[in-house]
Order: sequence, then C-alpha cells, then structure tokens
Amino acid sequence: MRTLYKFHGGVHPPTNKDQSNQTSIKQAALPSKLIIPLHQHVGNIARSIVKVGERVLKGQIIGRPEGHLSSAVHASTSGTITATDTEQVAHPSGMPDYCITLIPDGLDEWMPLEEHDWQSMSHTDLRHKLRDAGVVGLGGAVFPSDMKLYSHNQKITTLVLNGAECEPYITCDDLLMRERAAEILQGAEMMRALLYADNVLIGIEDNKPEAIAAMRTAVEAGKHERMEVIAVPTIYPGGGAKQLIRVLTGIEVAAGVRSTNMGVQCFNVGTAYSAWRAIRYGEPLISRIVTITGNVAHPQNFEALIGTPGNELVAQAEELSGTTGYIMGGPMMGVLLPSKQVGVVKATNCLIAASDKLFPPPAPAMPCIRCTRCADVCPSELQPQELYWFSKAKNLAKAQDYHLFDCIECGACSYVCPSNIPLVQYYRFAKSEIWAQEASQKAADAARERHEFREHRIEREKLEKAEKLAAKEKAALAAKAARPLQSPATVTIPNADPENTIQLKIQTAIDHAKEQAAASKPKNTEQLTPEQLAQIADIEARRARIREIAKAASEGPA
Amino acid sequence: MAGFFSPFISKPVGVSQIMLKVLLALIPGLALYVWHYGPAILVSITLASVTALATEAAMLKLRDRPVAPFLKDNSALLTAWLIALSIPPLAPWWMVVVGTAFAISISKQLYGGLGSNPFNPAMIAYAILIISFPVHMTHWLTPHGLGSVQLDFAEQLNYIFQGVLPDGIKLDGVTMATPLDTLKTQLHLNGNINAIMEMPIYGYLAGHGSEAVAFGFLLGGGYLLASGIISWHIPAAFLVTLFASAGIMHLVDPAHYVTPLFHWFSGAAMLGAFFILTDPVTSPTTPRGKLLFGFGAGLLTYLIRTYGGFPDGMAFATLLMNICVPLIDAYTQPAIFGKKVKP
Repeated sequence: MRTLYKFHGGVHPPTNKDQSNQTSIKQAALPSKLIIPLHQHVGNIARSIVKVGERVLKGQIIGRPEGHLSSAVHASTSGTITATDTEQVAHPSGMPDYCITLIPDGLDEWMPLEEHDWQSMSHTDLRHKLRDAGVVGLGGAVFPSDMKLYSHNQKITTLVLNGAECEPYITCDDLLMRERAAEILQGAEMMRALLYADNVLIGIEDNKPEAIAAMRTAVEAGKHERMEVIAVPTIYPGGGAKQLIRVLTGIEVAAGVRSTNMGVQCFNVGTAYSAWRAIRYGEPLISRIVTITGNVAHPQNFEALIGTPGNELVAQAEELSGTTGYIMGGPMMGVLLPSKQVGVVKATNCLIAASDKLFPPPAPAMPCIRCTRCADVCPSELQPQELYWFSKAKNLAKAQDYHLFDCIECGACSYVCPSNIPLVQYYRFAKSEIWAQEASQKAADAARERHEFREHRIEREKLEKAEKLAAKEKAALAAKAARPLQSPATVTIPNADPENTIQLKIQTAIDHAKEQAAASKPKNTEQLTPEQLAQIADIEARRARIREIAKAASEGPA
Repeated sequence: MAGFFSPFISKPVGVSQIMLKVLLALIPGLALYVWHYGPAILVSITLASVTALATEAAMLKLRDRPVAPFLKDNSALLTAWLIALSIPPLAPWWMVVVGTAFAISISKQLYGGLGSNPFNPAMIAYAILIISFPVHMTHWLTPHGLGSVQLDFAEQLNYIFQGVLPDGIKLDGVTMATPLDTLKTQLHLNGNINAIMEMPIYGYLAGHGSEAVAFGFLLGGGYLLASGIISWHIPAAFLVTLFASAGIMHLVDPAHYVTPLFHWFSGAAMLGAFFILTDPVTSPTTPRGKLLFGFGAGLLTYLIRTYGGFPDGMAFATLLMNICVPLIDAYTQPAIFGKKVKP
C-alpha cells in the first residue's frame, strides 16, 4: 500500500456528480455555428490566417501560434468563415475577444491528417506537433502543453496525471477515464518520454471507483511499467495540482516555484488523451468532453466541438425553465458566463445551468468574527482572515507579507465563512491592485530611465562641445606660443579637466538611478511561473469585468 | 440569481447558528445554577437579554446600520447571558441593566460592533461593576441547603426590583461571599487550608453548589469542542496552566495553597475557559497564538486569585490578554504550504 500524504484543510461540498455520470459520453450534434476564440490558452493570442468567406476543412489551422508561448487554433468542422471579429467569450471578464465565426457546411470534412508513431519522432518535432495541434492543459489552466514537456536539465522523477476532478458537478474526466483509459495511458507514456521521467502516478479521487477500475485495467492490459493508479481521498481542492502532488509524493511546491524544480510534472488526464490523439492520429484539439449539468432534464457528458454555442449544447441535455445563466467550471472556482451563447473553449470542462434553486443568491455579508474557519480549511495554510482585513483596508504591502500570492483562489474559505464574506473576491482585488501598481511603477521606471538617458546625452553633448572648444583654444595657444615675440601669458582653460567632474556627476546619477530601480523592482510581475501568468490573465480580465459591472450599475436607473 | 463570482455555493452555517450553539452549551451550567441557587439567575438573564437587544438596536440605529440582521446574529444575547452569569443573581436590577448597556454600547458598538471589539464585552461589564459597586458584587446567593433561610422566587424578585427583603431576614442571611473570596479572607486570618476546607460552604472539590455549576459549564464546553465551534487550544492551555501553577504551589506548601482542582471548579474558571476566552473576536487566530493566550490567561488568573486584590482573576486576566491579541497574532504566524523549514 502506498503511503499518501495529507494537505492542510479542504472542504467537503456536496459532490453532485451522480446526476451526470450515469450515461456514457455522447457525441454532441453539429451546431448551427461555431464561435472560436483565438485566445483560448495562456500566452500570446493566435494570429488569424483566414479571411471571411473562406472555406475551411475540419482540423485546419485558422489561428497560428505567435511567439514563444502560444498555441494554435483550428476549425472544428468544415464550413465557411463568416466573421473574424470580437465576440463575447467564455472568460471571467465577459469582455469581448477576437473570435472566428464558422458556419458548418454539414459535411464535417477532415483535412488530410498525418499519423505518427511518437517513438520514432524527435522530441523537438513532438513538441512542435503538439503546439501546432493546439494541445493545452484541459484541467482548466489551458497552458500550452509543449512548454511543460521539457525537463530543463532537471531530473524529473515523477509524472503526475491528474484525474482527481475534485470540483463538484464535473464528471468529464471521470467519463473520459472510464471510456478511454488506454489512450490516456498512451499519452502518459509519451509525456513520460519527453520528460525523461521515471514514474507515472495517476491520482483519482475515491468517489470515482469505475474510473479507478478502468484505469487500473488499462495499466495492466497495456503492460505499463512504473505506472500506478492511486485512489486519493475525496476532498476539495484535492485536484489542485499542488495539492495532488502533495498527496501523492509528499512534496510541497511553494508559490512561484516550478514543480519541475522538485522533480515533478503534472498534467490533466484529458490533456494526455488529447496529446496522444494529436500525435497518433494527427487530430488537433478541436473537441473536448464537456459536462452539461445543473438545471437540465438529462445531465450528461458530451464530446463537443470547440466553439459550440453554450445554449445549443445545453439544449441537448434539455434545459429546464428557471435557468438564469451558465456557470463554466464547477461551483467553487467556475465563472458565470456573460451570455448563454458564448462558445465552448478548451477550458470548458463543464457548463452548469444555474437556477435560483440550485444556487440561491448569497446571503448578505456580516462582519468577520475572526472564527478562523477559513484558516482551518485553507489548503495553502494561509490566514485568510488577516488577508481579508489587509485587502479590505488596501494595506497591500501587509497582504503580501501574509503571502497573498500563495492563495490559489480555491474558494474553500468563502465556502465555510459563517459571515458569508466573499473572501476570494477580496484577494483577487488585492492581487490585481498590486499588479496594476507594479505595472505603473514599471512604466514610471522606464520613463525615468529615458529621462536620465536624455540628461546624460545632453551632458555628453555639452562636454563634447567644451572639449572641442578647449582643443581649439589649445591650438590657438600653441600657435601663439609659436610666435616668440608675444608675451607668454598663461591662459586658463575653463573646465580644466571637464571629463572628470562631469563624468563623475553623471556616473553617480546613473548609479543612483540604478540603485533606486533595483530597490523598487516589482516582485510579482517578473519571472513568473505559468500558473501565475494564467492567474494574472484571469485577474486582469476580472478587473475589466468588475469595471463593466460598476459602470453598468452607475449608469443604470439610480 | 446566484452571485457574480465563484464560489457559488456556501456552507449553510451562519454567525447566528454559531452563537445559538454557544447559548445552548450554556444550558447545563444554567440548569445546575437554578437547581442550587433558585430561579433568580433567570431573572437577571432575562433582564440582561432585553437590555442587550434594546441597546444593540438603539446603537445600530444611531450608527446608521441595519438593525434586523445584527439583532438576529445572537451575539448580543450571548454577551447578555455571560454578564448575567458573572454577577450575583440577587444584584439589583439596575446593575444588570447598567453593566449590559455599557458592555453593548461602549465596549462593543463604539468600537465598530460585531467583530471589531478588542475586549470581551461581558468581562468589561464585570470589571465596570466590580470597580463601581464592589459591595453589591460580593452578595452571592447562598446555595440551597446551606443558609438558615431560603428566599422563594417572589421574595427574590422583590429584592431584585425593590431592594426589599422579607421581615426578619437580613441580606447576610441569604447571601455569602464566594468560596474563592472566603478562602482568601480565611487565609488572611492565618487559617489552614485543611481547616478552611472543612467549612460547610465547601463541597467535594470547591464551593458547594458552585462546583456543580462549573461542572455544567465543563459539559457545555465539551459540546462546543465536539461540535467544532471552538478549538481545543485556548481551553486546554488555560486549564493546564491554571492546574500547573496551582499544583506547583500546592505541592510546595499544601497548608496555604489550595489544590489545582479547587481552582478549576471555582469562580469563573470553567465558564472562562470555554465561553469567555474562546470568544473568537477577542482572542488570537493562530494555533500557537491561542496556546499562548490561554497560557497567559491561566497564569494571570492564578496570580490575581492568589496574590491580587480581587476575589476572582478571570475577568482581569481575560482583559489583559485581550490587549495582547494583535501582538500575539503578529508574532505567531504559522509557516505556509511549501514554505516550511525542512527539518
């Protein structure tokens, strides 16, 4: 028996998974249109390479990855591009983003696909293929997978496959593991090779016995060595990458530290599956399993094309009356979609049709009574009540001292708070404030540097002028001296040694500026881990959303 | 519509339920109180409750805060009960009213209301009353079976509201000093512990009657622990410290220092350990901080009881430790996930 480790805290919200895991994955019907955002991943937005009116084939690249950290976007079916414009997207901000609208022609015609055997490919080729296939983390972080499949000269001992699925309501990974275990494991083998990792540990919460059994059977049948399926206790947020790594290996990965530094890399089971399909069959990531649940007659899982409008997908599970909106993701960390029409993206693991009955409006917040139930459940072992206090008072320096940036925003604190304080909102606010401040400080630093350089240039020009002048006078003197009749009066040259004094001044000024810049270097906007980048992107978007709401509220009927 | 942001679900336990459970946990101690001292305590509880709610409502109105949600949080009610339990049940009605009104208005609402008060309001009330009306605060009811006469409920009411006792009965006939107070006085008179403990007001472990009430609070405290309303840190640290300090002195000089169990079951030790020190608003939040807080309170309680001028040290120990809470919290921050120093 493997020894499992514990992480601090955690909560046991009602899992609500049985509603949607009773039937097998169903192929979703071809939607009337597809709205495919070009930015479905962490990193640079993909560049559109299609024109309105163009016919595309299923699997054809319509957005090219741009720069180092980016991922490709593909046509999910064959059809005609009707718009390349901003649309509402499935993002916490609710802000429109660039999307490609595709009207399917119903033929579902694939472009020619290249099949490969990953074992005969170079690792570099494999990574390029994954990037061009748009494979990103399907657990919700949507980080480009190719960027995570380096070992960076570090010894990776363990590859963790995350099948924990700790969020209530969501069952897409459960069903995927039940039905497609063998292919997940093939993907895992490929990832292990790319990472030069020794062991593969697959963590699945023990409320999914069917998935555990299916995965174990597949490990045996596939004769996978050094690969173990481990049932982990059901506790939220046990499926957080750091929490699962802790439970399986005992290693605690601090905020801002890459898990690979500690010899572990972690992928979602769905990502392993998609990575395998991308290489073996050449299929880019154009569909994913989405749980449709909540206020619907037949909660179940669909394999849905990326871009499928939410309402068309939910309709296939028969949406019930009283649905007020869709939550993408689970109820603990999910986001309320800005409209029902927004398209399924790679991060869409679940759409919950929300109703007042399922999710009653939150009770009004009461003052904090410092009961520390939040601290009891915090998986990062923070003191949420202190963070709340500092965030509320905008005491941002103090909030950072109390490790604000170690908060993973799992929502466990808000869930247990007897005063119904939306704690996570306060932390998001404080984080975004700090980022905004650091960003403006960065801009100010750049401006100051520019200014100092200008001063430096002006001084230098002055100096050059003075030097020229001095040289001229010297020459004149020398000419005079050449005439012996003239009295040898001494001539003092202004700025006898201008170089030393002025240069010294400039140098001190530069040094001083450098010191200042070093002292005020932003801590949270540089050298970030992928998770932090993802978080920043999310928070930036949320900020925008909050501004929108505030604006709408202030413009609304007073 | 659900909230705008996650999490969209929450555990259905609110502040008012928590406070209600604490009130429930007081019931065993209260029942034993009535059993041994008669129903006068119920009168002061009612008086304190009405005063607390009225003061809270008036202050909220003055502070322009919503009244209903805060009245329903049960926190004022809890303060009221604790005040009533801390002062003599035969105390005149206006003392209960003044103490409670002061606690709610000055020491709670003026600091910002629920969650913002640095001092335990009930202990502030006790401190104010014992300083302002020291004589009234020493007239504790004699438990049933000890005094020569016994007041019935009507007579108790008559005294509380009118200050009139039945003909032929003196106040000293129906009240007495607390067992802790008596002990102190007797020791001053060069008494020996063994001899003092032979006095009829002492029972098995501590004061006759009052030890049973303390046991009732211990039971209630057990319920609070079991239901997760409070954590073990503060009560354990407090009781262990009190026991240890009393135990050491008792071992050194058994003739002049009472047993540690006497300290546990006397005065407000049990009430304080589980119901007063554990007030989350006025106690530290970190586990180590809680231990430190309980330790300090235990030590101070023992010192005040043994060497101080007041009969019981619970209230002043609590208030003194309340002052230290921000400091304790600041210096006992626990190591966080991933940033623990590896052994």
